[in-house]
Amino acid sequence: MIPGGGWRPSVAVWKFASCDGCQLSLLDLEDELLALAGAVRVAHFTELSRADEGGPYDVSLVEGSITTPEDADRIGRVREASRVLVTIGACATAGGIQALRNFAVAGAYAPVVYAHPEYIASLATSTPIAAHVTVDVELHGCPVDRRQLLEVITALIAGRPPVVPGHSVCQECKARGTVCVLVAAGVPCLGPVTRAGCGALCPAVGRGCYGCFGPAESARPSPLTNRFIRLGVSRPDLQRLYRTFNAAAPAFRSEHLRHDPPD
Amino acid sequence: MTHRIEPGDRTVQINPLARVEGEGALRVELRDGTVRTVELDIFEPPRFFEALVRGRRGDEAPDITARICGICPVAYELSACAAVEDAFGVAVSPEIRALRRLLYCGEWIQSHALHVVLLHAPDFLGCEDAVQLAALDRAAVERGLRLKRIGNRIMEVVGGRAIHPVNVRVGGFYRAPPAAAVQALAEPLARAIEDALATVRWVAAFDFPDLEADYRFVGLRGDGAYPIEAGRIVSSDGLDLDARAFERRVVEEQVLRSTALHARLDGRLPYLTGPLARFALNHDLLDGPARTAATEAGLVAPCRNPFRSIVVRAVEIVAACVEALRLVDAYRPPDPAAVAVAPRAGTGCGATEAPRGLLLHRYDLDETGVIRSCRIVPPTSQNQLTIEDDLRRVVESGLHLGDRELGWRCEQAVRNHDPCISCAAHFLRLEVDRR
Repeated sequence: MIPGGGWRPSVAVWKFASCDGCQLSLLDLEDELLALAGAVRVAHFTELSRADEGGPYDVSLVEGSITTPEDADRIGRVREASRVLVTIGACATAGGIQALRNFAVAGAYAPVVYAHPEYIASLATSTPIAAHVTVDVELHGCPVDRRQLLEVITALIAGRPPVVPGHSVCQECKARGTVCVLVAAGVPCLGPVTRAGCGALCPAVGRGCYGCFGPAESARPSPLTNRFIRLGVSRPDLQRLYRTFNAAAPAFRSEHLRHDPPD
Repeated sequence: MTHRIEPGDRTVQINPLARVEGEGALRVELRDGTVRTVELDIFEPPRFFEALVRGRRGDEAPDITARICGICPVAYELSACAAVEDAFGVAVSPEIRALRRLLYCGEWIQSHALHVVLLHAPDFLGCEDAVQLAALDRAAVERGLRLKRIGNRIMEVVGGRAIHPVNVRVGGFYRAPPAAAVQALAEPLARAIEDALATVRWVAAFDFPDLEADYRFVGLRGDGAYPIEAGRIVSSDGLDLDARAFERRVVEEQVLRSTALHARLDGRLPYLTGPLARFALNHDLLDGPARTAATEAGLVAPCRNPFRSIVVRAVEIVAACVEALRLVDAYRPPDPAAVAVAPRAGTGCGATEAPRGLLLHRYDLDETGVIRSCRIVPPTSQNQLTIEDDLRRVVESGLHLGDRELGWRCEQAVRNHDPCISCAAHFLRLEVDRR
């Protein structure tokens, strides 16, 4: 993919519908930022620089989801100009919080915010980048974990596949010795079906995981949901648990649609 | 695409590259050497937060609205908490208030350090970005990165995560951070005060374009301390309101071709929030090293030169570091970490000072605590008309400049107010069309 050794790949960072938090994770690498800027050529990164080298780019990091007709075109041009395309974060990999519109009545959202929704060019859905173009590496999280982000970038520079686990938050919880909030305190926790990467932050403060890294590989939420039902979690709350920051990720999507109230 | 005919009519247009960035654009029209129109358009794809929170529980508002901005999530979390607590009639303990203020200090430090050193300072020194700046003055950039790191560290210790903290809830916190973890912040904070003071001295020596404006400043007024997470809303022309009354007086209008709403007071008066406003309305509340630093940097309140906002921001880093250290030294874990919250039907408003200005939330909740409607007034929509006024003055006073210089000056003027589109402003391309 990318040869290692002395060569400085060009890196571009692109923003679609998002909060800037995942690209901020790059700037949050305070200890590594200047070294990283020496190891790559920052060819396009509007949050950091007004300079723009133009394409083609060795690596494109893409934040955000596709929510407008213009962005649906633009991601195609980014793909064409990029050798390796990495999506970063819940918006880019699953549509993000703004994908809640996918489950609302089409066109219902714009008039709530805008007096003249007819001037707002927005698609009826928020979709992940992979729904539009081929994606080489996906990094999950709302936001992504900056250590995982550094791992992906260094792996690409070194020309090796990045090591990003697909197992669940439960393993991280056990690794840091946190008492299980679900078993010990009866707190609804999405940890068993959520992808690792954050370091099991929520259970460490006594809170149930809220699934911001999206479904783990081969996650099967329905047995967990049955457990929540036995804990007395209401149907609307069950739906809210899965229908938040990764609502359009397939394993979470099918689970919350199962709890849609009958029409 | 760019051409120049002197004298005559001129259109200064800064577009996103072939609109591919889809975030922001600036267009200035000149006729007979005077500026006729200035439009700052925001093309950030709308995400419809005020719609998508409908039907969600009020206690979900902090986590959901945090996702509006990855750079100031604490501002969204704590404005949401204040508004929902207002609706539910909840008062939190002094210990919880202090811990929230400490968390918010962390956000001010990281956001201000990011903006002052990495995003804004390069403009004053002719650099495209902080990487170029590091080649010129590595110590200054490393100092900024150290400040940013301690800000993030505070957010991790108190909030559990720097971006979209997980430990904040309506009523307080999920778990009070252990005293030892909080006290471990004291030593790096003491060093951060030195870094912040050095940063003030560094930016105070920049060359500032000579430009002043008679701003209408609006912001929180602190109750005995510089305002961050609470206060009355006051203005430089005598307004003094609580969040509910202010919310009724702010009218936002949709402007064609922009997805950001424009706010006006009483439907007609533009105003400015943010560091310049906070300093104008609260300079007497700065004390200790922050007050000394402001004086030594030559700041006199009110500061009306928007380019000097970088100095005010640097002084606020000092203030936030000093305040954070005070809160760390006085820390007693709140017990309980959160007060009990019982939902009830009603409307609540909350306003806090995001690093870039006043942020107001309003929620209407039903008797089960579910959100029926919501309004969010972010700093950028409040500042947008004033930013346009600034751009008008920048262009009028900069007609002698070449296209590249004038365009860059306009970008810098947008960044003076650290708007949430500052990343778009990095990529604005100047188009000058003089007919």
